[in-house]
Amino acid sequence: MKTVDARGLSCPEPIMLTDQALKESNEQVKVLVTEPHQKMNVEKLAKSKGLSYTSNETEDGFEVIIR
Amino acid sequence: MIQTVDFFTPVVDDPYTFGQIAAANALSDVYAMGGEPKVALNIVCFPNCLDVEILGEILRGGADKVKETGAVLVGGHSVQDDEPKYGLCVSGFVHPDKVYKNHGAAAGDVLILTKKVGSGVINTAVKGGMASAEAEAAAVAVMSMLNKTAKRVSEKYTVHACTDITGFGVIGHCCEMAEASDVSLEIYTKSINYIEGAVEYASMGLVPAGAYSNMGHRQDQVEKGGIEDVYEDLLYDPQTSGGLLFAVPEEEAEAFLGELKEAEPDGGACIAGRALPKGEKLIYLK
Repeated sequence: MKTVDARGLSCPEPIMLTDQALKESNEQVKVLVTEPHQKMNVEKLAKSKGLSYTSNETEDGFEVIIR
Repeated sequence: MIQTVDFFTPVVDDPYTFGQIAAANALSDVYAMGGEPKVALNIVCFPNCLDVEILGEILRGGADKVKETGAVLVGGHSVQDDEPKYGLCVSGFVHPDKVYKNHGAAAGDVLILTKKVGSGVINTAVKGGMASAEAEAAAVAVMSMLNKTAKRVSEKYTVHACTDITGFGVIGHCCEMAEASDVSLEIYTKSINYIEGAVEYASMGLVPAGAYSNMGHRQDQVEKGGIEDVYEDLLYDPQTSGGLLFAVPEEEAEAFLGELKEAEPDGGACIAGRALPKGEKLIYLK
């Protein structure tokens, strides 16, 4: 599984990095973000690509696992 | 006399365009109160590490917008700062009986919005290198357009309330109008014109943090109904130099909108909603 560590980055960077990771491989992608709105934006990106996702709260933010 | 000041950091890369947008945004406050800008002063922050020609371009953009309004730019003030910022202090005039206020909307009034919505989303997409050239150009056209013509057209009609749509987004500014007028407002989400690309980019999660904070402040006062999330996001999206939102009597709305469309065919004017008797919520999305 590929990991995109977007913790501490501000929008739109988490989206740019996730979009790039999804384009580069067909593996599952785990995205780490700090803010709730960034989690929601990553979920929107997954949804817009027709991909499924699960989100969890972590110690320092959120993780969204896509595919 | 109306006095206002507004300035912000660059929303686009091109300095001349940034100057135009910042000036149009600052001048809009005068139009939103039913006034005509007369005198403007530059307010500038600029770092000494950047080429001074960039500053010249920003100021040229601002000066051209001021000229377009018919006002005069008589000077200004600059300070050294780490990040460029630009805007205007504007003085304008309005007859005391003709001041537009953000209160006074009555149940049955029709809401007319004069510009397209979605500049915050497009600016986020541009920042991420994910916006098309067409979407970027469309957003620039919206942001740099003065509210001068919309205000001129409105003079022939009965304006019960008016505000300009800026940082709080469509819903935030509608909430303010509803609260001040003691009514509720119904917003026709699908009748509003969105900037080309805005719906697509908002669906992809290119929604600025400001939209979420606007949502956090107001969502308890909004009945979302069955509308799709993407339209809710766009209605909370902070607008840079957005349009005017008028509450006018129903019988005048069609003629007003027709005249706005004739004056600015690409402006995106639309019937955005309607005022209702005060209900449980301030805003009802349809």
